Order: sequence, then structure tokens, then C-alpha cells
Amino acid sequence: MGMRRVAIVGAGMTKFVRRALETGPELAWEAASRALASCDLRLSDIDGVVLGTAPDAFDAVHMKGEYLSDGAGAWRKPYIRTYVGGGTGVFSVIQGWYHVASGVFDTCLVVCEEKMSSHIPHPQGAFITIFDHILERPLGPNLLWIFAMEMNAYMNRYGLRKEDIAYVAVKNKRNAADHPAAMLGVRDITIKDVLDSPVLAWPVQRMDVSPIADGAVAVVLAADHVARRVTDKPVWIEGVGWNVDTTYWTNRDLSYPTYLEEAARMAYRMAGIKEPRKEIHVVEPYDPFDYKELHHLEGLLLADRGKAPEDAATGRFDRDNENHPDWLPSSPSGGLLGVGNPIAAAGLMKVAEIFWQLRGEAGDRQIPGNPKRGLAQAWGDLMQIGTVVILGV
Amino acid sequence: MTMEQWVYPSVYVKEDDFREGRVLYTTWQPRLFYAWDRGTAIGRFLAELKQGRIVGRRCRRCRRVVVPPRMFCEHCFRPNDEWVPLADTGTVITFSRCYITWDMRRLEHPQIPAVIAIDGASPGVGFLHHLGEVDPEAVHIGMKVKAVWKPADQREGAITDILYFKPMTE
Ligand SMILES: [Zn+2]
Repeated sequence: MGMRRVAIVGAGMTKFVRRALETGPELAWEAASRALASCDLRLSDIDGVVLGTAPDAFDAVHMKGEYLSDGAGAWRKPYIRTYVGGGTGVFSVIQGWYHVASGVFDTCLVVCEEKMSSHIPHPQGAFITIFDHILERPLGPNLLWIFAMEMNAYMNRYGLRKEDIAYVAVKNKRNAADHPAAMLGVRDITIKDVLDSPVLAWPVQRMDVSPIADGAVAVVLAADHVARRVTDKPVWIEGVGWNVDTTYWTNRDLSYPTYLEEAARMAYRMAGIKEPRKEIHVVEPYDPFDYKELHHLEGLLLADRGKAPEDAATGRFDRDNENHPDWLPSSPSGGLLGVGNPIAAAGLMKVAEIFWQLRGEAGDRQIPGNPKRGLAQAWGDLMQIGTVVILGV
Repeated sequence: MTMEQWVYPSVYVKEDDFREGRVLYTTWQPRLFYAWDRGTAIGRFLAELKQGRIVGRRCRRCRRVVVPPRMFCEHCFRPNDEWVPLADTGTVITFSRCYITWDMRRLEHPQIPAVIAIDGASPGVGFLHHLGEVDPEAVHIGMKVKAVWKPADQREGAITDILYFKPMTE
């Protein structure tokens, strides 16, 4: 397609916490400076900056992109803020990728920041505005409604058991116990703990949901010739995909994420992947809810429709279960359920995890067997966008 | 070498830190007012609700009948063609029992939001509303329901002119 190869050459992040002392620009700086340090680059080596962050309503700061720009390293540089809801963290890498793949920049710093704690008593107050202002908001909705209804549609379609879905929460919170930035790692959690947690919006219970958080993540992208100079372990962006479904969410089948399948097929095509279940060695699907990880594994064509919960129960997605015949470690980071869910930053954390896994730098979370190719995915807007990045070494 | 060194130790502040004045903060409580135009399609839809009727729009090219109505077909990307009267009955295609408010206070009696596929629209096509006059535990996907309207003199041309949908007695 006449595009240049692009690699991720560095990554850094802040700890994810319920409420950070730092402001948004400070969090952005902490992550961005760590990412630059990780590959021995300085800001003067960076040609352009991409920033991802959630709606201005979270912070009640207009022009949030500009507010965060100095912390993100954008001073006197080409800069753009991007936003596709929960899909932002992965999409920001896609946007950085086309800046570099096109030949416009040799290097691009991609930063995602979220500070959800400012909106009190709960950031849900800012989320309510995603519902249609004429037809839905007068009904007094809260954000959990749509996820609960999607989960119910998914469970009903395939006759799924709550305990098989809850296993994802257990797996991810256990995985997160080994993540140094995690806010919710729990080593001894059980399925019973999840099933006994308070019902919020049935079938969603307290422990089916990821916690809101403050935090930031950054990665450094470089064109082929620069990447090879900067590091001996470049991680190539082999495929990207994104796709949006209708905003008339009450007009579509919620039991299957068709838009994600479209995004995945786009990314697989670009990466030359014919058999994703064999060619993807590690995956970070977006998991703001436990059912979403499974829903997404199906949309990514990495599990049969309606079968991902059963697969999970067999340990197929466990981090260290290499003897499983169809082993595919999923969310080895601990995901949003375990590390935390500062929206845009959480999506980019997933890309960073694949980067570290493919370089063998994931520490206690390192999956065995030298994985060569991984996929990170996020999801957002009104349950309607899928964003996919495939990385390889 | 592992990624741990590239994690910045951000500072986690707890409720006590604020209560006891160890960290400072500034607050703002916005008072914002908006007036939203209802537009061509939704304007007509709401006017019909005021009369106790539900209407949709048909696209003659793809033959879909959609509700909420819009003046264009987003699939065919052309103007759609005509208004279609729909029934005030339908089928629950998904639902929840919600025990919390948006600010995470607990509700004693759950709200039951549902997506209701409206009879007369294309299969699986409908809108969001509440269910009422029903045992929350008895609600199921596939349940047939009917609109319960506000008294005619209290309707104002809003989605809330339908109070809720209730199960149909077979
Ligand atoms: Zn059409």
C-alpha cells in the first residue's frame, strides 16, 4: 500500500489509582517522560504528538486536548487530540501509526490520560450524556443500563452461565496482582466472590465491572529506519483496524459485535493473518466488564460465537496454561478489571502490555513460549466502535 | 529488564487526605441550560406520541421500517419514503433490573429498563423504555408488552407520554 513500516520502540505509564494527587497534565507528563526514557529519546527527537482522552465533561475543562498538551509533550509540535469513547486508547496508536506510516513523521509520541475522579460524586454523572437527549435521557438512565442489557442479550442468545463469565473477572484480577501499576490485583479471589457481590444492574454485579481510575500511558512510535537505530527490539505495528456501528443501538442485535469483526478483519488482512487463532499468541481484549472480554474474543474471531465463556472455563485464556490445546493467554496484564479503567489510558495500557510481552519484559506476568504476535483491542462510543492493533516481532 | 522501571509512582490520595486538609482542592458546580430542537423526524414522532400513537419510517429500497424514525436511511444513504403507523405493542428483546441510581445510591425496587421491538417495525427494531406492572423476576426476553399511556390531557409530546410498557395478558 506504499506505507512505511512503523514500530513501537518505548512505553511508560503511571500507576492507576482511584484518585491521583496529580493533575491531568502532570499524569500525562509522568507517562510520556517514562516512555521517552524507556527508549533513550528526548522530546526534541519527537516529530508529532497524538493525545487520547475522554470527553471534556469528566474534567469540566474545555479544550481538554490543549489543557493536556504541555504535559503530553506537544509544545510547538504538530499535535492532535483524538476521541472515540472507550475505543480511544487503541485508536490513538492507529492515529500515530498513520502519521508515521504516511511518511509525514519519523517519530510520534502517543499519550493517553484520564482523570475520572474530578467529577463527584461519581463520573457516571458525566456519562449520562451519552444517552439520546430527547428520547432516552428523560427516562432517567444510568450508564450501566446499556451494558447490563447487552450482557443479558449475549447470555440469553447462547444460554450462557454467569459463573463462566465471572471466571474472567477472577482471571484478570489475579493476573493484575503481578502488575506494578495495578489498583485492583487480588491473588485469592474466587468465582464465588464475584457471584456473591452486590447486584448493580442485573446481570451486572459489582465485581463484573472494572473500577474507575486516574492514570496515563504513553508509547513512542518510530519509522523503520529510526526504530532500528533506537532499539534492537522494535515491536512492529503489523495491522490496524477500526469500525463503527449505528448509533441507533436499540435497532441492532446486541449479542454479537459485528463492528468488531469488521475491524478485526481489516487488521488481519493488513497483517496477512489467515488463521488468527494460530497466528495470534497473546491478546488483550477490552474488558471493562467480564462479559466484554468474551464478547470481544468472539468478535475478534478468536473464539466461536457463544463459546468463549466455555473456553474460559477450560483455562484456555489463562496466562500460564501452555498445555491447553488451544491456549491463548488473554489479558495477561490483568486488564481493566484488574489494573483499572482510566478510559483512554486503559486502552493504551493494553497496547503497552502486548509491547512488553513481545519483548519479554513483562516481568512476573511474562507468558511462556516467546510470543511473536499479539493483538490489543478497545471498544467504545455507544457500544458501537471496535479498534484493533496487531503487533509483532 | 522488565517494564516495572517504566511505571511512574503516581500518588494515591484517599478520602481522609481531603477531609483532614492534607491536600487542597477547588470545586465548581455548573448551572447549564439547553433547549434542544427535536428536528423533523423526532418532532413528528413526539407529536404522534401526544396523540397516543407510535410511528416509524419506511425505506422502500431496503424495505426497513425503523423506529425511532429518521428522515434518511443510513444503509441506503438516501431519503426514506413514508410514515408508517406502528402498534403500541412489542417484544422485550433485552432488559435489566437496575438497583442503583447514576450516583450509585441503592434502589429498594429495581427499575426495569428494556429495549422493546415495536410491532410493525422491522424485526429487532425498537426503542428504550421502562417496564412496569410486572414482577421484576418474571420479566424475560421474548415477553410481549403493551404501552401504558399517560392520560391524554397530560401528554406533552415526549417519550414519557408512554409511562412504561406492561406485560400483555395472553
Ligand atoms: Zn434503506
